[in-house]
Order: sequence, then structure tokens, then C-alpha cells
Amino acid sequence: MTENNQHKKVRRYGMVIDLDKCTGCGACMVACYSENNVPFRTDETKKLDSLNWLRVFKVSNNKSFPDVDICHIPMPCMQCDGMHGHGHAPCVSVCPAVATDYDHETGIVSQIYTRCFGCRYCMAACPYHARTFNWWDPVWPADMKKSLNPSVSVRMRGVVEKCSFCFHRYQQAKEKAFVEERMQVEETEYQTACAEACPVKAITFGDLNNPDHKVHSLKKDKNAFRLLESLHTNPKVYYLTKRDWVRRQCDNIDSHTDIKE
Amino acid sequence: MTTSAIPSGVKRCSTAQFMLWITAIGAVLLWGVYAMGLIWWKGLNQTNMNDAYGFALWIWADLAVIALGGGAFFSGFLVYIIGKKELKNIINYAVVLGFICYSSALLILAIDIGQPLRGWFIFWHANVHSMLTEVAFCLSCYFLVLTIEYIPLILENPKIDRVPFLHHLGHNMHGIMAVFAAVGVFLSFFHQGSLGGVAGVLYGRPFAYRSGLLIWPWTFFLFTWSAAAVGPCFTILVTWLTEKITRKKLVKDSVYQLLAKISGWMLLTYIIAKIIDTWYWAAHTAPQFGFHLMDFYSNNPVYGIWILIAEILVCGVLPALVLITKKGRENGFLLISAAILAVIGICINRWVMVLQVMAVPLFPFHKWYMYSPSWQEVATTILPVAYGIILLSISYRYLPVFPQEKELNPV
Repeated sequence: MTENNQHKKVRRYGMVIDLDKCTGCGACMVACYSENNVPFRTDETKKLDSLNWLRVFKVSNNKSFPDVDICHIPMPCMQCDGMHGHGHAPCVSVCPAVATDYDHETGIVSQIYTRCFGCRYCMAACPYHARTFNWWDPVWPADMKKSLNPSVSVRMRGVVEKCSFCFHRYQQAKEKAFVEERMQVEETEYQTACAEACPVKAITFGDLNNPDHKVHSLKKDKNAFRLLESLHTNPKVYYLTKRDWVRRQCDNIDSHTDIKE
Repeated sequence: MTTSAIPSGVKRCSTAQFMLWITAIGAVLLWGVYAMGLIWWKGLNQTNMNDAYGFALWIWADLAVIALGGGAFFSGFLVYIIGKKELKNIINYAVVLGFICYSSALLILAIDIGQPLRGWFIFWHANVHSMLTEVAFCLSCYFLVLTIEYIPLILENPKIDRVPFLHHLGHNMHGIMAVFAAVGVFLSFFHQGSLGGVAGVLYGRPFAYRSGLLIWPWTFFLFTWSAAAVGPCFTILVTWLTEKITRKKLVKDSVYQLLAKISGWMLLTYIIAKIIDTWYWAAHTAPQFGFHLMDFYSNNPVYGIWILIAEILVCGVLPALVLITKKGRENGFLLISAAILAVIGICINRWVMVLQVMAVPLFPFHKWYMYSPSWQEVATTILPVAYGIILLSISYRYLPVFPQEKELNPV
């Protein structure tokens, strides 16, 4: 079976985020909130209570001027393939009610809000803190209710939610391809909101298995790595940086190892 | 007559004194019920949990009471399967304690979930790969078994026993209790183990993750073993406390001695296994995931290496050594001190396997996640304690819980 034929069967959607390009502007977060009807509260000072599907972390090399350097790390759900790459992501196998599942067609880890009963075991299992809990019922300002995305269901208090790689966009692109009698969803037809919104094109999204997609070659870049790779979670989100200190901040094995500057 | 409900040949305090006691504990219970109502009405925003601390005080309390309630299944195993008839003199109390612990655990779970009305999804949409599913099934089934074990004791109340049907029902249930004890042991083995598995399978959390046998991490076996070891210590401790409060000798020393001896050897073997597990985890498992032992015990205000020493040496090795020696068991002070230490040890173990797991930072740029519970969390955690004291008080007053009481306290 050729690689192309294999691709027809198994897609593995993923991201490559260039940390050396990211300016930390937060446009990706805003786009994600808007696209996925992520609720917010008047007071968002307690960040560990905030709902967000994509967080931008700011890290520093802790040096003083003029050697100081900072890096912004956008962190969506890593859509892990799991320890042995069979879809047993840390969160999927622990959910007692199959409210989170691994889609073998796309490699995307789903969250079924109407199935979730809020035990939060998946949150405990996720090392990336990619999952957030609806501690409150969602409340939008009156005018904003009219601009909610009808393709994404809103969530209720007491359930967990997380980044879906804008899965509704994949469904729409697939339907369009089906109507046009095509088997393939083109790279440009399915893009996440964050990737589209990034003003410096730091986020590249596509099928990691498809040689025609940019992410396929980007993930093989010598500067590519994944977060907490030593945990064997097999994330589908890759990062690029030429800065060794940034890489050391992203995995404990690297942080324990002296990398020459 | 009020006294007609009290078993014959035993002395109890006056109704007024009893009501005063129940009212005082009832006030605490109501406080917990109020907090529980708030949580069910307003949601989990009433707690201090957050996205980093998805598991917190309640889950610890859940694991702790289930471990301490292990005295019921292990005593049942010793009496009905192994044939240690002497322990029949304490088995009733162990069953009542087990019933309280397991009903509390189920209540805590019902409070803890974000959508309580969907709690049944865990049975209906069961994910067979999840340890929590195994916990839910075994816990519910074992609670049924405990209820069946508790019913014959309730039927022995003099007023109820007067009804011929109920008298015969109780008698016949006693006759087949060995079957339920065996079922209870089987179910307990799995749910105690599954609770260990809940933490042990978290490979994204190297502090909790353990390798193991087939699908079961080592914590699966350690949790079962530790519950069997320390559950009887909790039974000893609560019986001793009941004796102090009622100012009566309720169980002969020989019963304490036998239970303490078995508990001591179980504790010793458990703690040896725990030490081996800790060494293997620190030397092999955690380093494979990029962590050194001291990464889990430094740079934070609470979780120093002291907690590991306290759990294994002070509250594990020390009480085990006391309990396996005849002199240690025969000395009342040492016996109770050892039981207290063992109970604290198991509570520390469950604490670190829940709360320290959440606290440990995984990224080098993350800080330790610290948490303190809200008053609603504290109140709902105390709620089962108050409920337990009330049920124990009622059971002691109206049921023949201690078969040796008449002999030890002739009226």
C-alpha cells in the first residue's frame, strides 16, 4: 500500500507552531473564543477558573538586560495519540462515560458535552491542562447572544470542555467535498480559527500524514519538538524554535540536561 | 415504653442525654447538609477547586473513608472465610463502620460531580477501560452487600424481632452471610484496587503513574493491601473510642489482640511492598518520564520529603513493628497509638495520591499548584463524619452490636 493510499484511510490533523514567530498578541485566543462560543465572566482575574481552549503562556530565560529573552507558547489541546499511538490519549482511556473519544478518521480527541457528567478525571489525567471546567453557567452579554456560532453547541455548568481543532469546520469541509464528489478535504478548506487569525502565520495546521500539507514537512524540521515529549503522550501539536532555552522549558528531560547555548 | 427498643440485659444512657448528644452532632450534620445544598444548587463554583485542581479534598475523603471502611470486608473475610470465630465479637461493628464509610463515599461522589443528575451515565455509558467505571460498579455492588450484611443486625432490635416474619428473615440471613462475605471480599478487592488504579494509570502524571501487572498498576494491589491492613486498625480505634465514650468494656482484649496481630502483619508486608514500589518508581519509572525524586518534594511550602518519611516510616514501619510484637499489642497505649499512626499513614497515602498529584508542576516554567478548600468543601467533608457518629450512636443504642457486652457489663 502506498503512503498516499494509506492517507486516504488515516488522517492525523495536527499543528506546527513557530515559537520564534509568535508575538503573544492573543489573536488566536480571541478567535477561538469567538469561533467556539467559549464563555467568559466579568471578572477573569482567577486564570485557573477561566475557560479557554487555547492559552498563551509567557516564559522567560530569567536573565537580566541585555540578555533577557521571552517566548510565548500558545497551547491548545495537544490531541494526543497516546502512549503507543493507538488513540489511548491520557484523557480518553480514563473517562468513565466515554464522554471523550479519539476519532480514528482524523486523530482528533472529541468532547461530548451532553455525555460528560463532570467527574473531571480527564482534567486530572491531562498533563497540559488543556481541559477546562464550566464552574459557572455561561452568560453572554445580550448582544453577543446574537453572534454565537450556530455550528458549535454551547455548554452548560458542570461539564468539561476543550479544544476540538474546530471540528465543526472539518465536518463542513467534508460535506462540501462530498457534494462536489471529492474524497479529499483540501488543506485550505479545513483550517482552525486560531491558525487563520494569527497575524504572523505562526500557526500552521493540516494533516500530518499528508505530504501535500505544510505541516507534514514542518514537523520534520530539525527545530521541531513537542511539549513534554518524555511523557509519551504523542501530541499532534509540534513547536518550532531555534532557542535552546525555550526547548528546555518545554520538557523536563531537556530541563535536566545541559544544552549548549 | 422507650426502653423496649433497647436490647435486653444492657444499660444505655437516658433518652434526654441521648437526644442532647444527637442534637449536638445533628447541628454539625445540618451545617454539612446546608453546604451540600449550596453546591447542588449553585454548582462547584462554591468550592476552591480550579482547572489545575480538578480532584481535591472530596476525592481524598472518598479514598480515605473507603480505605478505612476496609475493616468490614477484611474482618468478614477473616470470620467467614478463614474461620477466625473470635472476631465475630467485633464483626458487627466493622460492618456498621463499613456501611457508614461506603454510604459516605457514595454521597461524596454525588456531591463531587458537576452534573449530579447525570451520575447514572457512569453505568449506562460505561467505558470499560476506565478505572473509575470499575470503582463505580464495585462500590455500588459492595454497598448493596454491606446493606445486606447490616440488615440482620437491624432485625435483631427487640421491637423488630417481635415480628415473626422479620425474626425468621434475620435468622435465615445470618445463615447465608458467609456467601455475602465472600462476594464482599471479591468486590472489595476490585474497587479498593481500582481506586489505586485511578491514580496509577495517569501516565501524564509521573508522580502518580506506576508500571504494573497486565492492565493493573502496582497501586491497584497496594491500595487493596493497605485497606485490608489498616481497615481493622480503624475498627479497633473506633471500638476503643466507643468504649471511652460509653465508659464500658465492650470487646474482650483477646479480640483486640487477634485483630491487631493480623493487622500488624498485613501492615508490615504492605509497607515492605510500598517501600519496594517507591524505590522502583523513584529509580526507574519517574526518571523515564523526565523526573527526579526530589522534583516531587522540593520548592513548595507543603510537600517536602517529610511527607514520604511520615507515610512510610512513622506511620507505616513503626506501627507495624508495634502491632506484630506481643508486648506492643498488650500495652493499651502502644496498641492505640499504633492504630492511630496506621490510620494517619493511610490518610497521608490517599492524600498524596490525590492532592500532591495535582500539585506537582509538569513544565519547568510552571509553579506548584497549591490549594486550600472552601468552607463548603470542609462542611461537606465533615458531613459524613457527623452522619457516621449519629448512625453509630443509634446502632449502639438500639442494636446488639457487641455480643460480649452483657458478659463484660452485667446489669
